Parts: sequence; structure tokens; C-alpha cells
Amino acid sequence: MKGPSGMKLIFENHVEGRKGFSYGKIDVPEFKPLAQKFCRKSVTNLASLSELDVIRHYTNLSRLNYSVDTNFYPLGSCTMKYNPKFTERVASFDGFAQLHPLLPQLLGGGMLAQGSLEVLYETEKLLSEITGMSAFTMQPLAGAHGELTGAMLIAAYHKDKGDRRKYIIVPDSSHGTNPASAAIAGYEVKVIPTGPDGYMDLNEYKKQLNEDVAAVMLTCPDTLGIFNPAIKEIADMAHEVGALMYYDGANLNALLGKARPGDLGFDVMHINLHKTFATPHGGGGPGAGPVGVSEKLVEFLPISRVVRRHDGTYALDYQKRKSIGYIAPFYGNFGVILKAYAYILRLGKEGLVQVAELAVLNANYCRVKLKDYYDLPVDRTCMHECVFSASRQVKNGVHALDIAKYLIDKGYHPPTIYFPMIVKEALMIEPTETESKETLDVFIEVMIEIARLAKENPSLVTQAPITMPIKRLDETKAAREPNLRWKP
Amino acid sequence: MSYTPHTQEDIKEMLKAIGVLSIDELFKDIPKTLRPKSFNIPSRKSEFEVTEQLRKLSQKNATQLTNFVGAGFYDHFIPAAVDAIVSRPEFYTAYTPYQPECSQGWLQAIYEYQTIICDLTGLDVSNASLYDGGTALYEAAMMAVRFTGRNKIIMDSGVNLIYRTMLYTYTSNLSIEFVEIPVVHGQSSREELFKYLDDNTAAVILQNPNFFGAVDDHSDVVEKVHKVGALAIASVYPVSLGILKSPGEMGFDIATGEGQSLGIPLSFGGPYLGFMAVKKELVRQMPGRIVGATIDKDGKRGFVLTLQTREQHIRREKATSNICSNEALCALRAAVFASLLGRDGLKELAQHNYQKAEFAKEIISQVSGVEVKRSSPTFNEFTVCLPQHADEVVYRMIDKGFACGFPLGRFYKGMDNYLLVAVTEKRTKEEIRRFADSLEAVL
Repeated sequence: MKGPSGMKLIFENHVEGRKGFSYGKIDVPEFKPLAQKFCRKSVTNLASLSELDVIRHYTNLSRLNYSVDTNFYPLGSCTMKYNPKFTERVASFDGFAQLHPLLPQLLGGGMLAQGSLEVLYETEKLLSEITGMSAFTMQPLAGAHGELTGAMLIAAYHKDKGDRRKYIIVPDSSHGTNPASAAIAGYEVKVIPTGPDGYMDLNEYKKQLNEDVAAVMLTCPDTLGIFNPAIKEIADMAHEVGALMYYDGANLNALLGKARPGDLGFDVMHINLHKTFATPHGGGGPGAGPVGVSEKLVEFLPISRVVRRHDGTYALDYQKRKSIGYIAPFYGNFGVILKAYAYILRLGKEGLVQVAELAVLNANYCRVKLKDYYDLPVDRTCMHECVFSASRQVKNGVHALDIAKYLIDKGYHPPTIYFPMIVKEALMIEPTETESKETLDVFIEVMIEIARLAKENPSLVTQAPITMPIKRLDETKAAREPNLRWKP
Repeated sequence: MSYTPHTQEDIKEMLKAIGVLSIDELFKDIPKTLRPKSFNIPSRKSEFEVTEQLRKLSQKNATQLTNFVGAGFYDHFIPAAVDAIVSRPEFYTAYTPYQPECSQGWLQAIYEYQTIICDLTGLDVSNASLYDGGTALYEAAMMAVRFTGRNKIIMDSGVNLIYRTMLYTYTSNLSIEFVEIPVVHGQSSREELFKYLDDNTAAVILQNPNFFGAVDDHSDVVEKVHKVGALAIASVYPVSLGILKSPGEMGFDIATGEGQSLGIPLSFGGPYLGFMAVKKELVRQMPGRIVGATIDKDGKRGFVLTLQTREQHIRREKATSNICSNEALCALRAAVFASLLGRDGLKELAQHNYQKAEFAKEIISQVSGVEVKRSSPTFNEFTVCLPQHADEVVYRMIDKGFACGFPLGRFYKGMDNYLLVAVTEKRTKEEIRRFADSLEAVL
């Protein structure tokens, strides 16, 4: 459904004297106000509105968005699966939502937070079993935050052995966060090209791998959606020179119950709970990026750690001499972790395996149905996603971006475009397991229709979108003349 | 399964279309030797079973205690309208607004959020939010290091210890020198601070109100910081900005903080909201997403993610930060909260906090053997000196139904008898009186 166009900014609706919320009469006697020198002179420009004004403004804004609940999102690398509603309800229980994070840090306070500590402890155990890692820290607040935590754990491990290593290896098909996280943690990045078969170039890898390499960061299945059967070999080679293996868990969905990063030889990994474990993306966050490690890295995990005592109660442990320290203020994005825990309990072993199977089935179905119409740079069985190229359509002036915009007109969120960077005009499709065959069939028909239009009437595609409240936006103007806030 | 729609018939047809006989065949790239060594996960449960299991677990948490614990994370009331808006799936099940035409709702909401943060902090530009107050402060410190090309950071010890510790963790592999300045009589010591301020200083980090709840006017410090070419960074508590002098008014270059107090539940430590606002000359050093206004082909106003050449998906290892998300839904909470309250409401909220804390100071100071520290004015949190170890008092107060405060000895040497007490608008006169009576009883 399309919302009204030409929305005013909330500040443009301001009416002096209106109020959307009042704290009522204060029940304590009035004390002397703060001295003027501590007080603000400027008034804020917050709008004065009634509650209905505010509700209507944001409700109408919400209607301008696509979302999983309203539209299909074949968005590669993002795992936009359906987010079950009951997890929202669970997270809103007062006992969880109202708990102050410092309570368990008070003397005797551990007993005040047993429910939440159990959630953290049990989620850690489940994630460890699902991935084959020895332990997890639940603290990282997002996937990229997990990568940074992982890179710091890697640094701590080598430092502890008196080994100062300089490099982290990433393939050129990696997510942009991988090299960025490595660099922020103080490493230099070595990039390995991808061969024509879609796998990391093993010869180049061998050439670059030496005792200056701290770690190799990989995602598996990789960003082309394929599982590299040589993964164990790659890991063994890294281990031979003393380097660690980092697993970017963005693509874990396809592996649930089918393979575990721990068994594949990975030492450190993060999981995007907002991808594989169905917590909502929230328009870009909050996510959560718990980090799992193999046995040799457990002692470096951030503090605090949640431990289970002999009497079955839970407590926080700060006595970890080799811990890298605090990477988050508390125990992670608890509200997000809780939803993932509820999801895992609900699905259970059978459900998780089914997630992987149906996600892979859906992706391969799209791959096979569309490969006659779009170039498929790596034509083989894929895992959770498949990557097409619009290079055939480009010959008629229709780019991946145009296809994306036309899909918007048809009510679809576009696939991921122009990523991975190694595929020209990439269209990366990840349908996820929660979409039905009917949904995929209609989507496939639209994609075929676009391929036909690109040949016969390209301008129909290149002028899209035409059905939305706005047309294509001038992004150059936005960057050259930044207007980043409203001013009265 | 409830969340996967495939019938046996669907699966059969899809396998046929793909040209394989079984789903297993699709996993043939995973060698048998690499299959899971174990996958010992409990069997599935019904929605009812999981809901009840977790309801029981939630009841093991003691949320019935009357809360006087703050220490940077506050028990504020959240109007129902905030929950109503963030519960709309069009917001919470949407993706990052990379495709602006189908994300105008989110983009406009973030643009409005940025405006609100600029307004509260008195600075020019805000990003679309960061993970939390601590990571925001770390990002601010790194901005200063990049911007000035220097590597010394002076940090007041009135900055939340949790954040200081996070900064140390993040910079442990980088060559950054930290100096911590002691707090004297609850305030940043100018004398000590100026001793260390030199032309290798990248930034000075101050917090207002500081960890002890004390408010300050840092204008004089900021002026000196600028004289040596360093940046001044403030970590602030947004609710207090309803009445307190803004970082912009004091001349700060960067303001960061924890936005939890703006309509976000305590939720045992997250998800929270890191906010960051800067002077305009720093915008290209800023981490995270930024939304900008522009026009479409027909000249109509619209919003896009902009200045993306700073970011990891374009710059990879050369990006200003590795951040790839924001806390959008928490930012939306803050925006709806601030919009409901409006300019008068935010001031009213801040005043209620200030007045109730002043009342609590008055009442608690009448408890024999207890001294309320009054060397500096405070906002909604203050330090109480007890005649015995604060840990013990906190422990006994739990039995009386109070989470009575944060024992400062946990974070500061020599402060074992000190308790940090927070009083928000939620605490009633009656609760404050009972608090004092109970304190009297347990001492």
C-alpha cells in the first residue's frame, strides 16, 4: 500500500502551546532552581504537537516503507526472513524489559537477575552447539561489532604468545566490514582474488600466507552463495603457519545442521542474530553479533562472562586475567538475544535443519528459473543465495540499478545490487526459507518480464520507479550540498 | 513448520524444476567429512510452551524493586505512544533504507531524529545513531585522533568508568596515550587537566553531568582545549539537556551519549542508542550512516543515505569506521519520545528529575549518620556518604524492596562508603520518604 506523498516534517507541524504528553503536577515541594550558568539559553526546536498529531505523523511515515511484513525482500546477504511475532511479546515482558543492567553487579544482586542471566547462558550454550564453537560472548552489538571483537581476540591471542603479526587476509568477494574491521583493530589487509570457478584463488592464497598473517577472514558459503569444499584445506594451511581462521557468520542460514564452522576449522566467528535467528532488522538495527571461539581463545573473551554455579544459579564472572576487557557496556543487546533464544527454542533441532534446507531450495529454484534470462557468472548449485549479473541487459542500457527500481514499482524490495564487487552489475538474490513457492513464482515472472522489457522497451525500466511517492532522487546533490537537518 | 510455507507438493515441484531428486543433493558441496560432529539441540516446542517457559524466566528477575540505581542508565517512564509506533512492522521489519524510494518513511524519521539530536546538543550535524554511549565515545575519540593527527587523549575520571574501560579495550592495539584527570570535590579539576594539555593532545573528554551526577559549565575548559588545537568531546545525558547548558553552548566540538533515557527500556543493558553530534567541519570524519535531504527528478523533497564514501561498503579497509548498521529502531523511539514531549515537555521532564532529586537529597540528609555531598550542584543523581560499606547497605536495602543506588567503591578507590543515588520522575514523594526510612532502619 502506498502512503500519502508530500509528507511534512514533524517540525513543520508545530503549533505553539500544544502538548502530546504531560508529567502532571510534581508531588514534591519546589526547590531552588539550578544556577543560570549551568542552564541552557537556547530553546529547543522540538515540535509541540498533540499525541494524535505525533501518532498520525509516524504512522503515515511507516506507510512509506517496504517491510518484510508487507513485501518480499530477496535481499542477498541480509537474510530478510519473517520475524515471528511471539518473540516480540516475550521481549516485552516486564521482567525482561524493566531490568536494570547494574542489578547483578550489586552485592547479592545476582539473585535479582537470574532469569536474564539464564537466557544469556543458555543462548550461549545453544549457539556453541549449533556452530561447533567452544564458547560465545553475547556482548557484540552488531555483526560488524562482532568482527571487530573477533579481530581484537585474534590480536590478544597472538600477543599472548609474544607473536606480533601484521596482516589479516580477506578474499576480494568479502563483505566490506571484514577489511574495515581488520583495519580498525590495527591490522593491514591482504586481499586474495577470486578465481573463475568462484572460489578464492588458492595459489595466490598460498603465496600470501606466511607467519606474518594473524588470521584469514572468510564467509562460508561465500558471497557468491557457494560452499567451498576446500574450506578445511584452507583452514589447515592457515593453522600450519600459526594463523587463525575467522568465520563471518552473515551467511550461516544455509549451514544450520548441515555444517558447523567449528568443525570446518574456524577459530573465531560472529553470528548476525538479526539474520539467521530471525530477530527483526528494525530499519537498520539494533542487531546483535555474538562471537564464538574455539578452546584456545576462550580465556580472551570480553568480561563479564555468565557462569553457572554448582547449585544451578547463574553469576557474572569478571576474574579473567587475559580478557580483552569491556567491548559493550553490559551483556550485549539483551532484548535481541532474548528473541533469538525464543526462536531457537521454538524451532528446535528439526526446525533449524528445515530452515537451511528450504532456504537452499528456494535459492536454487530462483537460480534455475532465471538463468536463461540473466547471466549467472558461477553456474552451479548454490546455497542460501544466487548471484546474477545484469551484463546482458546493460547492452540495452538497463543496469542493475534500473532493475532494482523497476522491482520497487512491482512491490518488491530489490535484491542486493553491485555486491559482491567481483561480479559486474551484480543482482544478489536470497529468498530465505519463509517465502512460499507462489511468492517466488510471481517474483520470477516479474524478473522475466524485466528481461523482456530490457530488450524490447528499455526506457520503461530505466524510468522506474513511477508508482512511488517520489521518483529517483538526486544523490549527487545530497552529497555535494549536505542538508542533514531541518532548520527553522 | 509455522514459519515455512512449503507443502510436500511444493518441494517436489521445486526439486523437479531444479533437476535434482532430493534436497540432500543440493548440499552435495559439503563433504561428508565436514558434516556436524554433533547437533544436540532440543526438539521443537509450541509457541505456547516457549512463551510460558520464558514468562516464568522473566518472573525470576526482580523488577518489583523500587529503583534508585542510575549510573548512566535510567528508569524513566515510556509513554504508550512510543511503543505503539515502534511496534509497527513497517518500521521494525524493514531493512536499512539503502533503496530510498521504498524507504522514505525510515529516511525521513532518521532525518528528523538527526535534527532532534542537533537541537538537544546544540551542534550542527548528527549521524543516524551508533550502538551505545560507550562505542559512540570511542568513535568520537578516534575522530579526534584522525582529525588532529595527534594521539594523546585526556579523559576526566568523571566519565563513566564503563566507557573509559571500553575506550581502553578498543585502543589496546593502537598507539594512543591516555591521561586520566582526577575529580576533585565532584568536579573536573581544571588545574590537573591544564597540566597535561599540550600540542600533542587530540582531545579532552568530559562528561556532564559527570558520573557523580554533578553538573558543570565547561566553557572555560573548552576554550583552553581549542587554544592548543585539540577537540573537546562531551558525553552527555540527553534528558538533562531539557534544562542544562548544551555542549554546543559550551563550545564542544563533539557530543556523544547514551540515548536510553529517551523512551528506550532498560532491558538489561540493550539494545540502547549511541548518539553523536559534531560541528560541521567534522562531518566527513563522522562514523555511521547519515541521512540527507535532496530532491527527486520532479524537484520534490526526498531523503537518502548520504556521504557514503566514508563507509565500509565503499571504502573497505580505508573507511572511517567498520560500522555497517545503526540502532534505527531505538533512534525512532527517541524521536517519537522527543516529539511527544515537545519543547515544553522535555523541559518539564528535566525539571521533575531535578526537583525530585533535590527533594531526595533533603530527605536523605536527615537520616542520621548519612551525609549528602553538596560540593557541586547535581541534576538527578547525587553522592551519599554512608557510615559503613555501601555494598552492605545496598544488600540490606534489597530486603526492604529497594535497589537503592550504585556503590561507588566498585568504580573508585577509597569510596567504599559512598553510594550513587538516582531519582527520576518516576519516583514518588512517598517512595522517597520510604527510601529514607528504610535507610535509617538498615544502618
